[in-house]
Parts: sequence; structure tokens; C-alpha cells
Amino acid sequence: MTRFLVPLAVFIVMVAFLAVGLGLNPREVPSPLINKPAPAFVLPQLHQPDKTFSQEDMKGKVWLLNVWASWCVSCREEHPVLMDLAKSNAVPIYGLNYKDKPEDALAWLRQFGNPYTLSIIDRDGRVGIDYGVYGVPETFVIDKQGAIRYKQIGPVTPAALKDKILPLVKELQS
Amino acid sequence: MKLLALVAALLFACAAAAQNAVPTAADPMTNKRAVQLGEKLRCLVCQNQSIEESNAELAVDLRRQIREMIAEGRSDANIIDFMVQRYGDFVLYQPPFKAATLLLWLGPGVLFASGLGVLIYNLRRRRAQRDEQPLTATQQKQAERLLAAGSEQPRR
Amino acid sequence: MIPEIGQFALILALLLALTQGVLPIVGAARAIPTWIRVARPAAQGQLVFVAIAFGCLAWSFVANDFSVLNVATNSNSQLPAQYRFAATWGSHEGSLLLWVLMLNVWTVAVTVFSRHLPEEMVARVLGVMGLVSVGFLLFMLLTSNPFERLFPAAPDGRDLNPLLQDPGMVIHPPMLYMGYVGFSVAFAFAIAALLGGRLDATWARWSRPWTTLAWCFLTLGIMLGSWWAYYELGWGGWWFWDPVENASFMPWLFGTALIHSLAVTEKRGSFKSWTVLLAICAFSLSLLGTFLVRSGVLTSVHAFATDPKRGIFILAFLTVAICGSLTLFAWRAPRVGLGGKFDLVSRESMLLANNVLLAVAAGSVLLGTLYPLFLDALNLGKISVGPPYFDAVFVPLMTPAVFLMGIGPLARWKEASLPELAVRLKWALGVSLITALLLPFVMGRWTPLVAFGLLLAAWIIATSAVALKYRLSRHDGNLWARLGAQPRSYYGMLLAHCGVAVFIIGVTLVKGYETERDVRMAVGDSVMAGGYAFRFDGVQEVTGPNYRGARGAIDVSRDGRHIEVLHPEKRVYNVQQMPMTEAAIDTGIFGDLYVSLGESVSGGAWSVRVYHKPFVTWIWGGCIIMALGGLLALCDRRYRVPARRSEAIVAGGGKKRAGVSGAAAG
Repeated sequence: MTRFLVPLAVFIVMVAFLAVGLGLNPREVPSPLINKPAPAFVLPQLHQPDKTFSQEDMKGKVWLLNVWASWCVSCREEHPVLMDLAKSNAVPIYGLNYKDKPEDALAWLRQFGNPYTLSIIDRDGRVGIDYGVYGVPETFVIDKQGAIRYKQIGPVTPAALKDKILPLVKELQS
Repeated sequence: MKLLALVAALLFACAAAAQNAVPTAADPMTNKRAVQLGEKLRCLVCQNQSIEESNAELAVDLRRQIREMIAEGRSDANIIDFMVQRYGDFVLYQPPFKAATLLLWLGPGVLFASGLGVLIYNLRRRRAQRDEQPLTATQQKQAERLLAAGSEQPRR
Repeated sequence: MIPEIGQFALILALLLALTQGVLPIVGAARAIPTWIRVARPAAQGQLVFVAIAFGCLAWSFVANDFSVLNVATNSNSQLPAQYRFAATWGSHEGSLLLWVLMLNVWTVAVTVFSRHLPEEMVARVLGVMGLVSVGFLLFMLLTSNPFERLFPAAPDGRDLNPLLQDPGMVIHPPMLYMGYVGFSVAFAFAIAALLGGRLDATWARWSRPWTTLAWCFLTLGIMLGSWWAYYELGWGGWWFWDPVENASFMPWLFGTALIHSLAVTEKRGSFKSWTVLLAICAFSLSLLGTFLVRSGVLTSVHAFATDPKRGIFILAFLTVAICGSLTLFAWRAPRVGLGGKFDLVSRESMLLANNVLLAVAAGSVLLGTLYPLFLDALNLGKISVGPPYFDAVFVPLMTPAVFLMGIGPLARWKEASLPELAVRLKWALGVSLITALLLPFVMGRWTPLVAFGLLLAAWIIATSAVALKYRLSRHDGNLWARLGAQPRSYYGMLLAHCGVAVFIIGVTLVKGYETERDVRMAVGDSVMAGGYAFRFDGVQEVTGPNYRGARGAIDVSRDGRHIEVLHPEKRVYNVQQMPMTEAAIDTGIFGDLYVSLGESVSGGAWSVRVYHKPFVTWIWGGCIIMALGGLLALCDRRYRVPARRSEAIVAGGGKKRAGVSGAAAG
């Protein structure tokens, strides 16, 4: 008579998964680029448009690439956290200004402060596509060999900084 | 002077003639291919629409990207691969066939086979069942009485 | 004041629900007549209070009381009156209240139409429904109170989601809920049968009309959702295998298996434990659907705003309800016995095969819907399971079921002969093959998929005709007499099956022959689709009661002859600033012309999408025909003739069911 218990058993397994599912976020898309080389780019700088910057220039250093825009509301949320991080000099932050007007971007930085060592302009979002950006803000931790080691989806919260980003950075720098 | 005016008028008329609407991709065949590819990919912003349907900016960008890649001569598989490399398997509406999705793709077949198995087992079991007992005399009379009473009911 | 009355009414309703849930079941188990008799009055009292609560919430919406949080979040003073009323169920909390209201309406219907049932059975049925109501009322009072106040009151509301400001959207949830909730009646009957230990043909007869009615509502509810998506969302799609669409489809699949299974149990006393399991599964999937929409576990267009507390509560309720029923099933079902014997080839075996196919199909849909969650929970990555998967899996599973649909009605009960069936079906098969081979050429182009779809549809119609012919031939008299001699339930079955055929025709022809053009149009430009010419005549500004928009004019003509002007719109709603596309559709029996505005591009031009969709209305027409078939079966004589005989008939047979029209025999 065990076959009458089969429906119950199947159901219990399903409920277990559903219970775990309550703690997950189905909308979050993890990056397939973790531990892979950061996609190559050469882009003009925001403050000095006749100069360019490439991820090649950062080989041998651990750094953060932060995707931001002046039209992005959540970016203001993470901005104080980035400012503090920049002041602490733990790791250099480079900005990728995504699908924005340079004059708006400059005005935004003037108004709220500039945590970036420098910012580059991705006017049409192509570099963003290469990096798998699907929302703003996003932040990438890139190691000395130029591989992406972590992607923060959404604003950098103090908790994420303390628990995930800073320990990883320390580990990569040593 | 009149001739000049006439020529000018004609030229103007030709230029202003209503045209057939320009499709969003110049060649109908590439457009069809682009639409089909776009329908296979999931929009990451409006996650319940395909890239083709969604009005999100990222979807517009990716549609443009697809059309450019088609113009470059890339194959469908190449373009899909491009997207998966950047956004992962999540972007595909058709789940890939790999170790983790084995259960997904084989599941319905397995369910069908086990359903069939249950069915056959059940049918065999019934065949081995004892036949119904014939009615006793009292039961037979009761049945006849019921049937007679039932036929009194008016037909609709 | 009024919201507080509503809240108080809900608390009273909860108390009554608890009484209704506990006392009758215990009373039936322990043979305490007073406790058993509590069931009906408790149920009726509960309806009164829930109706009061619903009325209070509706009043708050219509009267623009923005001190109620729910009203402030989902309504607006500029919203037209009918949508202010509909906004009552436009939110998570309000829709729960609607759910409970419907549950109570069904419960009271059971109290009225169950005079012929033994009292302990009625007590158990009402008791189970009372327990379900307790779950939902507790859920509302503890986590999702529709009457929560907002201090200070908002000056105006955030407006109803523009997508919901539409007649189709107004009626789709109530219809759907009537279906979901209706399956709770079948569920309650199943649990009552397991509790009472009596599971037989009579039980099936009592349970059947309720199940069929619930199934009709669910069919209509799903059809309305699909039709709404088609005309409202702007790109002409009608089914996306979205998690919540699947969540309504799975109970439907199990419900269909259930009504067929009940037919066998009623006529032959077989399939008893299988039928009970199907009833439990159908309702469990309804509850699961509720969970999926409101817990945030899956991404979906339908997802209400989520809150972890709510997810946990529903999951707990779901677990208790379903584990309880499945445990009861595992415990009591083995004692039920097999029922009548039948042969390998017989109507029973075909119906059993049909049920297995429907259950496997539902299981596959469940697998596909939950699989992304499984992988994510096991940290194996994130995937998407979309239409390509479901289409690839569902159609092959349903194909044998469609073939059985043709053979089943012709097969005899208990023992059917294959040669006899083959003889009768030869003609039907021939007609179907010829239709499949020739008809696509009429439409323009022959493709294997179109031919296959038409083969299935023609098969159903041809075999139905053959079945009717043979059935009529067994009677005497002229044609009308013979037609009148068949019970309505028989015609209901034929009609419902033909509804499936119409549905298949619609799907096949639309997918096979639709034309889409996505073009950039300047004023005066035109484009061809499906033999029609569409000319873009520019765009005008319009202002609605709570929106501003651009209204396009598209001139449609065929062969140079002007047909009409279509007016697609692009609106922006004032409060939520949400852009919405209102497609312009010319609906016809043989096809739709569908135009929607995309974006405005430079130079006064617009991107426009133009579709020709042949026979697309047959999709929803088929569903309506299916539901009509179900309703026809419900009007069968055996449910309408008042009882004439006394209780001294077969033990447990009881009186015939009192008429649906209310001609109660007491």
C-alpha cells in the first residue's frame, strides 16, 4: 500500500523547495563572467574626452568598476557608501557612465561628489552589454590578472561592502 | 519660366510621393530572422517578455545588436551564444540541454512512461479480478422493481 | 467608521468559520446531532459577515475614502466609477476578500442544494469548506488586512494599475476565482468521503454537478485572461506559459481529468481512489497557484507586491491543508477497493488512459514552471523555461488524448471490441485525413503542422458525428424523437469535445497563417499584410478621464476598396505615468486585423505593428463552446427531476438531486 503514499512524498519534496525558494530572488540574474577575463574596452574619459582608458591599463591592480548614470535613482542610494570607500583608499573605484549625457554626468558628480579615480563614457551601452549589465547600478570586482571575481547587482550596501566586497578585495590584493 | 515651374512641381511631387513603409530592418528576410531570434531571448528588465516584445531600453539595445550581428553575417547559433556568454542561460527561453536540465527535458518522458506503466499494471490487475457475482433471486426481483419504477418517469 | 465595521465583520466571520469548520466534522465523527446541525447556519452566517466586509471595502473605494491604505494605493479620484468598484479586488488584500466571498457563496449554495444528502456528509463537506475559509480569513487578518488605515489620510490615491482599467480585467478574476473556489467543493466532497469511509457511485453523482460547474467557470476565467492579454498587451500574443497562467492551467487539466473520472465512478463505480486523488490535486494546485502569485517565488506578470511574511503563511497553510488531505488519502484510500471490473479495451480503460495523459501533462507543466526554482535552490544556476519548452512538451502529450477523445465515446463500457470500433472509425479517419490534406491549400499554404492540427480537429468532429449517428440508430421514431431521447449530458459532452476541436482549429490556423509587419511609418505610408493595405494617416492628441495620449488613424482597405479606419492609441496615465498601448482590433469570425502603435520616431513618423491573424477568435470561441457543453451537461434531467420516491430505495441512494431551478422536493 505504499503507492498511496507517493503523492504525499512528492508533495513534501516540492514544499521543501518552495520553502527554500522564499529566501531567493527570482529576478536576480547572476553573471556568467565570474572568474572570466573582463571584456576588453577602450573608451573616452568623462573629464578628459580626448584621452581613453582601457581595462588593460589596470593589469596588476585590484579595482572596482562601478556602472552608474545621472538618471539612475538607486545610484544616489549607494553614492555615500562609494564616497566613504574612496576616502578609505582601500581599492580604486572606476566609473562606467552608462547611456548618459556627458554634461548631465559631470553635473551630477559636481553636485554629489566624485568617488571615482576616473569615469569613462559608454554612450550607447555596448560595453555594458559586453559586461552583462542589465540594470544600474552594478559593480564589478576585478583582480590583478584582469578577471572579474564578483558582481554586485544593485546598489552597494554597507552590508555587501563589509561582508563580500572588502574581504574579497583584501584576499585578491595579498 | 512655366516649364521650369512645371519641372520643379513634378520633382517635388515625386519626392513627396507616399512610399511603402520602411520596415525596421531593411530586408524582410533578415527582419524575420531578427524577430525570431528576439522571441527566443528573455528580456532581463521586463522579465516576462521577450526581447522582441519588450519596450525596455536594454531590449531596444539588444534588438539593435541582433540586427547588426545579422548584418555582419553571423549565424543564429553564434548570436545566441553571444547573448548567453554575457547574460547566462537565464536569457534563453528554451532551456539548454545539459546535465543540470536533464531532469527537465527527460522528465515529461519519464512521467509519461511511468503513467503508462501504472495504467498497464492497473488494467492487468483488473483483468485478474474476480468476476462479479450474479444476482440472487431476491436481488433480481428488487432490480426489476426499480427498473419498472424508473420507466414511469416522464421523458423530457 | 465603515472600514472598522468591515474589519469587525471579518473577525466575526472568522469565528463563524471556526465553528463551521470544527464542530460539524467532530459531530459527524462522534454522532452528535446538534453539532452536525450547526453547519448550515454557521455557513450562512459567515456569508452575511463576509458580504458586509466586502461591501464596506467596496464602499470605501467608490466613496474615495483615502484614509484606507488599500484605497490610497489602488484607486484615484479621477478613476471612473466602475473601475473604482473593480479596484476593490485589484490588490492582493482585496482579491483575497473576493476569494473568501466566493467561497462563502459556494458554501451557501451547497447548504441550499444538499437537502437530499445524508446529514453527516453535508456536515463534513461544509466543515472542510469552513476550514479552508478559516485559513484565508486568518491570512487576511494576520498579514493582509484590507481595512488597514493610513494616518494622515492621503489627499488622493496612487491610481489603479492602468493595465487593470479594462472591462476584461474586471471580470477575469471573479470568473477565475469562481473556478478555483468551486474546486474546493469537489475537494470537500472528496475529503468528506474519505472521512466518512463511504466512497461510491452515489457520492460521485452528488459531487459531479459541482465539479462541472467549477470547471465551466475556470474554463471561462482562463479564456478571459487569454483574450484580455491579446487585446490589451499590444503584441497579439494570447498565451505565454507564464508561471501564473500555468498555475491556472494545471487545476484546469486536473479538473478535466476529474470530471471524466467522476463519470466513470458514477456510472460504473470504478476509479474511486483515483477520483478522490484528482479532486485533492485539483484544489491543491489552486492553492499552489495562490501561493505562486503572492509569495514572490517566481517572476510573473501577475505577481502582487510581495512580503516574506505572506509567503510563509500561505506556504504553511498550503502544507497543512495538502499534507493533511494526502495523509488522509494514504490512510483511507487502500480500503476503498477497486470497483467494477473492465477489459483492456473498454470505455473505462480509455478514460483511465485519458486521465493519465492529462495528469502527466499537468505534471510536466508543473515541472517546467518550478524547475528554475529547483535549480536556483540547489545553487545550480539560473535558467528560464519558456514557451519553446512547454510547446515542445505539451503538444505531444495531448495528441494521444485527442485521439482518445474520438474513440472513447464510441467504446462500450466494460468490454469493447476493437474490430467493431475500427469499422465505425474508418469513415471518420478517412474524412479527417482528407480534410488535413486538402484544407491547408484553401488557406494558401500547406505545412505539416497545419495539416496535423487540422487532422486532430477534424478527427474530433468526425468521430463525434459518428458517435451521435450510432447512438441515434439505437432508438426508434423519427429524427426529432430520437434526438430528443438523448440526455442533455450526452449533448454536453459532444458540444464540449467539439469546443476543443474549434480551439485546435483556431490555434493551428493562427500559428500557421498569421502575418506580422513591424514598420516605421510616416504619414501617408502604407504596408500590406494578409491581403489588406494599411495606410498611416497620422496621430492626434487625445485626453481621457485619467490619461493623455496619442490616437493614430490607420486606413484599412482591400483590393482598393476602403473598409474602415482603425484607431490605435498610446496613452500615458496621469498618476502612475505609465505608458500603455491600446491596440485597435477589427474582430471577425475569419480573422482579426490588429494594429498597435510603437514609438514615435523622428519626423512625425511612428513605428507601427500590423498583424493579420486568421481565425484567432476561434481560440476563445472554442473555450466558450467547451464551457457551454459543461453547462448543458449540468442541465441534465437527472439533476432537475424532483424526487418522487421515498427513502426506502437502495440504501445510500437517497433522493434524486433537487432541481437547479430550485424545485426542491424537500
